[in-house]
Amino acid sequence: MTAMIEIEKLTVVFGSGSLRVAAVDDFTMRVDRGESFGLVGESGSGKSTVLRAVCGLAPAAGGSIAVDGKPVPTPRDRAFYSTVQMVFQDPYGSLHPRQTVDQILSEPLSIHRLGDQDRRIAAALGDVGLGPSFRFRYPHQLSGGQRQRVAIARALILEPKVLLLDEPTSALDASVQAEILNLLERLRAEHGLTYVLVSHDLAVVTHLCGRLIVMRNGKAVEETDAPRLRAGETASPYTRELMQATRGFTRASQTTE
Amino acid sequence: MSAPLLEVDNLRVSFHLRTGTVEAVRGVSFALGRERLGIVGESGSGKSQTGRAILGLTPPPGEVRADRLTFDGIDLLKASKRQLRDLRGGRMTMVMQDPKYSLNPVMTIGAQMIEAYRAHVRAGKAEAREKTLDMLAAVKLRDPARVFSLYPHEVSGGMGQRAMIAMMLVTDPDLLIADEPTSALDVTVQQEVLRILDNLVAERGMGLIFISHDLRLVSSFCDRVLVMYGGKVMEELAAGDLDAARHPYTRGLMNCLPALEGSSHPLPVLERDPAWAQ
Amino acid sequence: MAETHSPARRPTWREWLTDTEPASRGQARLGRAYLAWRSFTGNPLAMVGLFIVVGLVLVAIFADVLATHSPIAGGDLRTERLKPPSAEFWLGTDHQARDIYSRLVHGSRLTLMVVMLVAVIAMPVGLIVGTVAGYVGGWVDAVLMRVTDIFLAFPRLILALAFVAALGPGIENAIIAIAITSWPPYARIARAETLTIRKSDFIAAVRLQGASTARIIARHVMPLCMSSVIVRVTLDMAGIILIAAGLGFLGLGAQPPSPEWGAMIAAGRQHIIDFWWVATMPGIAIFIVSLGFNLLGDGLRDVLDPKAAK
Repeated sequence: MTAMIEIEKLTVVFGSGSLRVAAVDDFTMRVDRGESFGLVGESGSGKSTVLRAVCGLAPAAGGSIAVDGKPVPTPRDRAFYSTVQMVFQDPYGSLHPRQTVDQILSEPLSIHRLGDQDRRIAAALGDVGLGPSFRFRYPHQLSGGQRQRVAIARALILEPKVLLLDEPTSALDASVQAEILNLLERLRAEHGLTYVLVSHDLAVVTHLCGRLIVMRNGKAVEETDAPRLRAGETASPYTRELMQATRGFTRASQTTE
Repeated sequence: MSAPLLEVDNLRVSFHLRTGTVEAVRGVSFALGRERLGIVGESGSGKSQTGRAILGLTPPPGEVRADRLTFDGIDLLKASKRQLRDLRGGRMTMVMQDPKYSLNPVMTIGAQMIEAYRAHVRAGKAEAREKTLDMLAAVKLRDPARVFSLYPHEVSGGMGQRAMIAMMLVTDPDLLIADEPTSALDVTVQQEVLRILDNLVAERGMGLIFISHDLRLVSSFCDRVLVMYGGKVMEELAAGDLDAARHPYTRGLMNCLPALEGSSHPLPVLERDPAWAQ
Repeated sequence: MAETHSPARRPTWREWLTDTEPASRGQARLGRAYLAWRSFTGNPLAMVGLFIVVGLVLVAIFADVLATHSPIAGGDLRTERLKPPSAEFWLGTDHQARDIYSRLVHGSRLTLMVVMLVAVIAMPVGLIVGTVAGYVGGWVDAVLMRVTDIFLAFPRLILALAFVAALGPGIENAIIAIAITSWPPYARIARAETLTIRKSDFIAAVRLQGASTARIIARHVMPLCMSSVIVRVTLDMAGIILIAAGLGFLGLGAQPPSPEWGAMIAAGRQHIIDFWWVATMPGIAIFIVSLGFNLLGDGLRDVLDPKAAK
């Protein structure tokens, strides 16, 4: 099986001098074609920065990134963007507030000079489970879950091979989260997509992904997979701590103060 | 416990807008002793408006009605503005979701806490300072004196929320309403903050209302859980009996969460029946 | 059963406009405009402002019909000079025996022209400079904003005076001078808005679609900056009218005998004690129109500016 995304010793640095922070430090990751791969960590762990570096929103200071067997060009070209697309965390911030769903979805089509816009937009909306009645609404007329569906439709309309998902459900209610997770799972099967899912929630990642990397302070802590996690085989105490937190609040440790 | 700390009977919150009246809370009743009560629901279920209405923080043009809304025998709907102000921030307080927005950005954390304390308790500056430092230590901030002199933007989310809890508890309140107090925090920080909250509530014998959309978290933290949908209480049950929940909505909320141990593919989707809210 | 076979009722215009499921781009836009209009009409002061501004436009269009006398040619200098308001001369006559009412009516054209030309010149300049500086950043931002700062550092009237002195007096040069001095605040506002917009995820999303910088600025950033700039321009209109009148008053704007309101006040100033109406009538006109633009601007801000909305 060939690799869809290969990241070798990636380093991303923000600021300079005494303010220099390595958001991602010597990070290596290999995602196979058609795989769903997870990145888990807390805020500041660099997990989102990895995604942003892949698609050119964050500058790579060192290391190499290859997508579909080819090193990525800087700046990224149109061909790259029709291979890799991203879904953002906050469905309230990722849709232009003054554009209708129709405008939001037609923009990528006109940038890439794709014809047959009507059919493509209707198909993309149908794909994410939104009927034609949503096509001319503004984002403020949609719920959080519906907005995230529109964001997913926008990412899919260029028919990419890779979808980068940056905490796609963490701003949503638990019940809506289930709907979006199901949708993502169905879309991956239907379109043969490769996913990289970033989340702070181990349960979400193990639900959607096979293999995953736990990150902390810009470094990979542990590379593991869902079956091993379920069996409780973890190499690092940090991963165990994350697993514990995912299960809910535990009162047991209060005696150790 | 003899009389409950807080009694809410048939609480209704409605907003009169130009486009019509929106009823956010439609007849919620419960009694709270010195215990941990969780209110769970999706966004728009009226859980936050319930908490706000108790504190008299319903934003205009909202209207609050209730057959009974009493705190320790005081009728909150008939109390004077002054009386309410003394209660609010004094004997009943609230912790909000994001400390970044609930702390004043141009005052140090210490100065804000002293002000909050002296607004309700007659105390000298030195005494207030001491009390504040004690409180910052009680929320397990490593260096209370340093945090005391920091501005809100200089602390991390977890520290900010701990400082917020310290500020809200400095007046020794009897009732604390926490509205999604940890959902802006990282999961491991969330555990620490909850543990602190848990200990303080237990030590001081406070009543706590914990509002959240996360049923798993609430059920593991609280004694009792109210499940709300469409402004109404669907089900009230002891946290331990969650597996025995009868209402399809409660069961739906439980089942739609992916679990580490493995969950079904696709996840069961929550069924919502508008008839429940009728 | 008969119920189901009856033809569907045609929706009223109102229902069509407030439909939450619009069926076309046009309907979505109109629906949005209709809601904005409804919230605008809910504000009585804004409606007063709109009424005044629309009134100004109508008066300017129909000046020839509305005027009772010629605005330029005076009457009999011996008998019709400096007459108080009467049935013949509604607002009196000036020292050249010209009907003040007719001059005010024709003067509205000059005022409207100043206002519109300044808006047409200054607004796009400010918008482009501000959004480009804010979005591109780096040295482009530094250069553009220092130029803006230089223009901001001069008092507006003084800079306008300098331009008019260099270019020669006249209404066209006055307009150019005012336009040149009024774009910097719009650039500032547009830049500040752009700085908050450029970091948002929806801009990152269009970048990820491969959109060029020019496309992002023109199609995604500018529409969002537009509303606050429009509000600011409307609120500035009063000031622009006053500067135009001020230049006219100093003899550097519109030249005699054109019926510019500021020049009319200047002409009436020698007679202000004995013949108060000559200077007062154009003063009242300036006052009403300035007030109208200010009220309109406040109303627009409530409708357009999301930050001012509750």
